[in-house]
Amino acid sequence: MIRTLLLCTALSLPAAADEIWVTNEMDDTVSVIDVTTLEVKATYPTGERPRGVTFSRDFKRLYICASDSDAVQVMDPDTGDILHELPSGEDPEQFVIAPDDRLLYIANEDDAITTVVDTETRKVVAQIDVGVEPEGMGISPDGTLQVTTSETTNMAHWIDTTTHKIVANSLVDSRPRHAEFSPDGQVLWVSSEIGGTVTVFDVETKAEVGKIRFEIPNIRAEKLQPVGMKFSPDATKVFVALGPANHIAVVDAQSYAVERYILVGRRVWHMAISPDQTKLFTTNGVSGDVTVIDLATLEPIKSIKVGRFPWGAAARPTP
Amino acid sequence: MRLAWSMMALCLWLGSPAMAEALRFDYLERQVTQPPVLSNMSALPEDLGLAGARLGLEDIATTGRFTGIDYWLEVTQVPPEAEFLPAARALLETGARVLIVNAPAADLLALADLPEAQDALIFNIAAPERDLRAEECRANMLHTVPSTAMRADALAQFALWKRWTDVALIAGSYPEDVEFADALRASVLKFGFEIKGEKTWAFDANMRRAASAEVPLFTQDLPDHDLLLVADERGDFARYIAYNTWEPRPLAGSEGVQPRGWSGVVEQHGAAQLQNRFRDLSGREMRATDYAGWAAIAALGEAATRSGAREAEGLRGYLLSGEFRLAGFLGTPLSFRAWNGQMRQPIPLVTERAVVALAPLEGFLHQNSELDTLGFDAPESPCTAFGETR
Repeated sequence: MIRTLLLCTALSLPAAADEIWVTNEMDDTVSVIDVTTLEVKATYPTGERPRGVTFSRDFKRLYICASDSDAVQVMDPDTGDILHELPSGEDPEQFVIAPDDRLLYIANEDDAITTVVDTETRKVVAQIDVGVEPEGMGISPDGTLQVTTSETTNMAHWIDTTTHKIVANSLVDSRPRHAEFSPDGQVLWVSSEIGGTVTVFDVETKAEVGKIRFEIPNIRAEKLQPVGMKFSPDATKVFVALGPANHIAVVDAQSYAVERYILVGRRVWHMAISPDQTKLFTTNGVSGDVTVIDLATLEPIKSIKVGRFPWGAAARPTP
Repeated sequence: MRLAWSMMALCLWLGSPAMAEALRFDYLERQVTQPPVLSNMSALPEDLGLAGARLGLEDIATTGRFTGIDYWLEVTQVPPEAEFLPAARALLETGARVLIVNAPAADLLALADLPEAQDALIFNIAAPERDLRAEECRANMLHTVPSTAMRADALAQFALWKRWTDVALIAGSYPEDVEFADALRASVLKFGFEIKGEKTWAFDANMRRAASAEVPLFTQDLPDHDLLLVADERGDFARYIAYNTWEPRPLAGSEGVQPRGWSGVVEQHGAAQLQNRFRDLSGREMRATDYAGWAAIAALGEAATRSGAREAEGLRGYLLSGEFRLAGFLGTPLSFRAWNGQMRQPIPLVTERAVVALAPLEGFLHQNSELDTLGFDAPESPCTAFGETR
């Protein structure tokens, strides 16, 4: 019965398609992009200064870091309604959801704390003292290790998710903004915005195994500021957003060689890949748009105007 | 809730093993009696500079907790009536070798020239004078406060970018006004335009009452201009010029659009977080001297962490090397000029309420670093104390 109903709904609504959700930091909204038409099909209000954004693993819930509201908001992506807020600690900037779809690890930028919240009981499970201005949040695919990077302490803090204690601290270059585990969980990539580098760690030994530097003709070295990172669907490449250099670097995930640079909008922050794995979407803060890149050709194919200062991005398959 | 977390943080701190290696920095301040200004409502904060250094220490102490370095800051304040040099000498005798100094230029030089200070590393966080970066530079002194030349260059770039190149100048007659006016003249020349007319402010009347009557007349005979520059570094008279000029013209310099090392209105590039931390600590807005104090300590923390150096000489070497990069919340890494020890930094051009522009402005190019379009560049530097580092 339900299946029939769903089928009918799908048939009667031609607009049903995969979506990219983008937070607009200066507009206090999220924009929903239809991946088929590449148009914004909805805009929903959020709390103040939305930045980090992620879906629950079943895509029934959208979590939004409303930094200036000091809240993580939970939105119903079917209606755009805010269902409730989670206790997030002050100034939540980014977070990561555990593979069990239950615990949310939140970076509290103003308080030098990682807050762990149970999304079911809506209670704080743990607070872990980390470095100053925590921001980048990664979690290993098996869920055993969470990594918080602290922008002013310049470290990646490795947190054991069973004990919620720091088990190791790795120094990286200035202002680490993002941490990303490889899909096989073997390596961790950390981007350093002011250092201008990406450091790769072996997860087992926590030892540094690679450092990636960037170079684009006619762009100053100090403008090459790596922030967001995303593994390609086949995990052979890593896309690195270079902030005010307005380019995405395509890095070979094995050799760490930079293969090419793709021109996007101004001040590129973060990325999401379409659920059909054919397109990459980048949020461009200053130009207020999203660049769509064809993953087969690695060419930008369209810019989509969204709200002011788009920051975070998350993908949802056809509802 | 915040209190509870702070308490928790404190407990964790106290609970961590005390196996850390200790590294001492000294904050040395020459307190001066502030000269009177016309307005009765503009006292300088008593912890100006010190609050920034304290925040810097808090920031690096967190890193130190993870890297096993226990930083501490000794604070020495020399009252206005006391002698500075004996106090500085006594401090050096206790082992102080890395000093963050908030003092006038003459005291700074006297300190840097002490035989005991030759192996010390001094950070100038307050004195903007040209000479300290030029003929009177010292190898043991770095500057985290921008020079008047850097600030004046930032303003000249702004005027050129706006195409407001017909400028006039009103300068006060205190030494710092003369210094800033000289820098403005040099900057305007450097960027290829000129000051069309100048007047010196030499009134001692109570302008709070007479400004609307006197200032129109005073500015009436200035040649046509787009922008009126004011050199009034103590904040004495320029505030009474605004809106009282003969022609309706924007002001820049010490009033209006002001080039500053830092200001409470800077918020981009993550600066909001630094501002929040500073306000939580001090209960006021962060000023340029505070930022210079913060930057000195943050730079030292970065150098100690990255280079492994613990002594003044090693720290200095790393800070002046091409390796050093400081995240200073101004959108681009900060570093030190190897030819005179001046910290390279973007200069915000601010009003009371907003950042108008950030220098270097787009289009002002340089073969090495665009930040070197502000202040003394290597080829024109008269400083020789730093050797052949160009």
